[in-house]
Amino acid sequence: MSDSPIFERAQRFLSVLRHCQVLGIGVHSAKPEGLILRLPYSLQIVGNPETGVIHGGAITTLMDTTCGISTVCVLPEFEICPTLDLRIDYMRPAEPNKDVFGFAECYRVTENIIFTRGYAYQDNPEEPIAHVVGAFMRMGKPTDLHAAAKGAGQ
Amino acid sequence: MSTFDLNQLVRDAHEQNNYDPLISLIPYAKLLGIECLRLGDDMVFRLPANKDCIGNPMLPALHGGVIAGFMEHSAMLHLLMFMGIPHLPKIIDFSIDYLRAGHYRDTFVQCQVWRQGRRVANVAITAWQTTQTEPIATARAHFKVDEP
Repeated sequence: MSDSPIFERAQRFLSVLRHCQVLGIGVHSAKPEGLILRLPYSLQIVGNPETGVIHGGAITTLMDTTCGISTVCVLPEFEICPTLDLRIDYMRPAEPNKDVFGFAECYRVTENIIFTRGYAYQDNPEEPIAHVVGAFMRMGKPTDLHAAAKGAGQ
Repeated sequence: MSTFDLNQLVRDAHEQNNYDPLISLIPYAKLLGIECLRLGDDMVFRLPANKDCIGNPMLPALHGGVIAGFMEHSAMLHLLMFMGIPHLPKIIDFSIDYLRAGHYRDTFVQCQVWRQGRRVANVAITAWQTTQTEPIATARAHFKVDEP
C-alpha cells in the first residue's frame, strides 16, 4: 500500500507541515476513497493534566490536516487548498495513552470548492470521538502558489 | 479528586496579574506558547510567533489547526477566569471560519461569552494579527460547564 501514488503524495504533503512533525502526525492509509492520518499520544498535547486526556486543539489540528490532505485523493495534481471553515463535534473524550486516527473523504468537488467530512477515532471507527466537516478552497497549482495563497489561508 | 485548586489559581493569577502558572498547568497550551494579557477588564490572549506552529512553509503561515487550538484554549481560559467555574470546561463543539492567512507573526484572541447557562456556555472567539478589525479567523464553541 505504501508505494501507491496517493500515499506518497499524502506523505510528501504532510512532511512539509512543520507543526504536524512536532505532533508526530503520520500517514496511516491513503486511497481514492479517503485518507487516514495517525496522531500518536504524547504528554505535550495533554489538555487536562488530571485525566491525561488530549486537548481538543490537537484533534482539530489532526482533522484540519486530514481533511486538507484528503484533497490529494480526488485531485489529479497537487493544488494548494486553504481551509475555508471547519466544524468539529466532540462525541466523547479521547482515552489517554492511545493514538488517535483521523479519517477524511472529499464528498463533493466543484471548480472552486472541495467539501470534506470525516471523523476521529481510537480503537473502533464505529465509535468516533469526533465528527468533522470542512470546506476547502481550490487555489490552483503551485506555479501560481504565492500569488494565490496570499488571499486566504491555512 | 482534584490535585489542584483551579479557583485558587485563578484568584492568584488575577491578584498578581500573572497568568503563567495557570497556563503552564496545561501541556498543550505550553506547547503552543499561549500567553495572557490583562487590559483593564478585558483579557487578550497572545500566541507569539513560533516556528513550530507553522503549517504552510511557503508563505510561511501558521497551521490552521494551531489557530483553532489557540482559539479553543483561549475560550476555555476565558470561561475559567470570568465565569467562576471550579474545573476545566469540556468542549462540545467548535466551528471556525478562516478569513485571512495567519502569517508567521504574533496572533491575538479575544472572547465573548454570549450565553452561560447552568450546563452549557456559548463563546464567540475572534483572532487577529495586525488589527482587530481585520480578523484572520472567527469561531464559536459550546462548552459543558456543569461538572468535572
